[in-house]
Amino acid sequence: MKNVLLQTATRYLLPLLLLFSVVIFLQGHNKPGGGFIAGLIAAAAFSLHALAFDAASTRRLLRVDLRSLIGIGLTLAIASAALPLAFGRTFFSGLWTSIGGDPATGDPGLKIGTPLFFDLGVYLLVVGIAMLLVLTLLEPAGPTYEGPADESEGDAA
Amino acid sequence: MNALFAIVAGVLFACGTYLLMRRSIMRLVMGLVLIGHSANIAIFTATGLKRTGPAIVPIGEETLPATAADPLPQALVLTAIVISFGVIAFAVVLVSRVWATAGTDDSNRFREDDDMEAVS
Amino acid sequence: MDGPPGNANLLPVLPVLIPLIAAALSLLAWRSLAIQRGLGLAGAVGLLASAVTLLVEVERGPILVLQVGAWPAPFGISFVVDRFGAVMTVLAGVVGVATFVFSMGSVDARRQRLLYHPLLCVLLAGVCGAFLTGDLFNLYVWFEVLLMSSFALLALGGGVLQVEGAIKYVTLNLLSSALFLIATGLVYGALGTLNMADIALKVRAGDSPEAVVAVSVLLMTAFGIKAAAFPLFFWLPASYHTPPFAVSAIFAGLLTKVGVYALVRSFTLMFVAESEFTHAILLVAAGLTMAVGVLGAASQREFRKVLSFHIVSQIGYMIMGLALFTPLAIAGTIFYVIHHIVVKANLFFIAGIADRLRGTSSLVHAGRTSLYAKAPFVSALFVVAAFSLAGMPPLSGFFAKFVLLKAGVEAKSWTIVATAAAVGLLTLFSMTKIWAEAFWKAPDPADAPIDRTRSPKPPARGMIGTCTALAAITVLIGIFAGPVFEFSQRAAEQLLDGEQYIRAVLGEQALARLETGGETSGSLRIADGTTAEIGGPR
Repeated sequence: MKNVLLQTATRYLLPLLLLFSVVIFLQGHNKPGGGFIAGLIAAAAFSLHALAFDAASTRRLLRVDLRSLIGIGLTLAIASAALPLAFGRTFFSGLWTSIGGDPATGDPGLKIGTPLFFDLGVYLLVVGIAMLLVLTLLEPAGPTYEGPADESEGDAA
Repeated sequence: MNALFAIVAGVLFACGTYLLMRRSIMRLVMGLVLIGHSANIAIFTATGLKRTGPAIVPIGEETLPATAADPLPQALVLTAIVISFGVIAFAVVLVSRVWATAGTDDSNRFREDDDMEAVS
Repeated sequence: MDGPPGNANLLPVLPVLIPLIAAALSLLAWRSLAIQRGLGLAGAVGLLASAVTLLVEVERGPILVLQVGAWPAPFGISFVVDRFGAVMTVLAGVVGVATFVFSMGSVDARRQRLLYHPLLCVLLAGVCGAFLTGDLFNLYVWFEVLLMSSFALLALGGGVLQVEGAIKYVTLNLLSSALFLIATGLVYGALGTLNMADIALKVRAGDSPEAVVAVSVLLMTAFGIKAAAFPLFFWLPASYHTPPFAVSAIFAGLLTKVGVYALVRSFTLMFVAESEFTHAILLVAAGLTMAVGVLGAASQREFRKVLSFHIVSQIGYMIMGLALFTPLAIAGTIFYVIHHIVVKANLFFIAGIADRLRGTSSLVHAGRTSLYAKAPFVSALFVVAAFSLAGMPPLSGFFAKFVLLKAGVEAKSWTIVATAAAVGLLTLFSMTKIWAEAFWKAPDPADAPIDRTRSPKPPARGMIGTCTALAAITVLIGIFAGPVFEFSQRAAEQLLDGEQYIRAVLGEQALARLETGGETSGSLRIADGTTAEIGGPR
């Protein structure tokens, strides 16, 4: 599927969509949005790229192996859920701190907490899993990520 | 309104069941999608459809306003959608794998596996 | 509310957390199969260790509760560990460790590279989550977690045969999930809560009784599909014989038992108001499940298909105990589950070894090699597991069946007792068939191998070690049947004493409300509830 229009449009759309996903991700702090939906938007952006070009070039674009992405996401999510334990809080309770806040003027500063990192983990996890599925669908001959020394999947024609 | 949505949920479930019984496995996946939607609508209907506002605590308040919707059914449905997204995506991958290996999506034309080794 | 700091508070989620961490780390280590194996095994061992600690804790003290994120009980998600949940988690740990050890020698490297180890870890996390959660919707989520990973494991790197089995499995399990989801929505609509203890409380107080009965039957159907009970079991024998042996062993040992667990939990804790009606359905289903399962097995000629039908048959026994609904019968169910998980997983593992030694799993062309002459030790292992399954004394299965039959006699349910006894005999017949065909028959040169590509090869040492360990557990359950049975009785008492569970999760005040019969309206009380329900016994 080589379509010049789609490919050119994708070149401009991809950064915009990724930026949009970051906006939605940050907006999830106190409005509708958050890691899951932002991850899906990012995955949609990369899927568009995979459709316009091909799966291999999307893999190159992503740089990180999808399995690592899922692993990092899951680790981050678990770590942020477990971090409160180190402070004597229960599993999954939110820990918040603020950077540059000024109690005198009532300026809350930049609030950073474990839910943010949990959401970031979810974001990476969603991108990883969604892309794994999409790219697997686009490569019907079987995944090429198995490693060099392997025969390909099943008895795929 | 409730009755209407109950009927919609039922019809969706019926359509889904019909598709499940088709031989084409792509239709089968479609059937699963419809049944998933039916379940989501059923949840909303069962927990009461009302004209309400979004379940967001206004700035400066501690509790939800009285007009707000019950957030729990929304959370349930959202989770269910997320899960069914994953499951259906997986099922589609499975179907494409079947298509690639068997060259058909007609479940009657798959190699009969039972006792293949034993009977022949 | 900040719960008490320290590990005691974390303990109830550890069996879920440890395998999840192992999964995450082994995903990061996708380059190295050795690290993945190590992490997977470490995760399973950690799960087992934490589960044993939990079991010791709940055996000594009250029900353990963890409110996730410190949200108080009916609003947040609770993790609740009672004796039944703890012992199930321990069994999940045992089967998990066994599967990881067995996989090392038996699952080919190509499959292992397709995220096999992380998926197994996630599967274990899902199973444990289902055993430990105290929230109906959270139970649904764990069901889906374990289902997703089991889908992937079932289809992983397979040809048409395996994928076809996977399709049947996926379809029926998704149908069951949809029913479960609808039932969850209806429960929330009718009772305004999804916390199991809160549901139990409101059902006991007599809230919307008609809706509750309808919902309980819907849940029964959903869990019945997962447990492979009578009219809804067809997916199981259609899929369990296709994946690698290690995978089908963990499925056979654990997955249907999650369905049984959910049935037991629902119909001892939550939906007991109309027990004459619901448990009568369960009793009929139990009898038919037993009979149809064992008859199905009699007509099969493939090692794992015979065993798959026997899973169905044995699910019947477990449901029978639940349906009789006496303390002795529930204790019998618990004993049966303990015995069955170990034995069934072991039989599938042994099927894997036998398949390796013979190069086929068919029981018709078994005559090629006498396995007994070639590998007497493996044959002996099979005998232990098979006789235990059939209920021969002094192995674990005998006591499990004996307790259930005794409970049946006490309840004067003669039909189910007769069915159970007859099915026991037929099980013995099936096992003898496998024994005769696969292990005993002398070499017959006329029987040419069908599949020449699969030449027999010796099993890895870890495979035999796994089976030996599991067979030893079976023998030990038989020898120490007394203590195990006493434990099952204590677990059953705890299950039947719903108030204990409610008190542990919701606190004493909740029960007081039950006695006065007041204030049980179905809506969330966000404003006062947060203060009223804080501070259970933990």
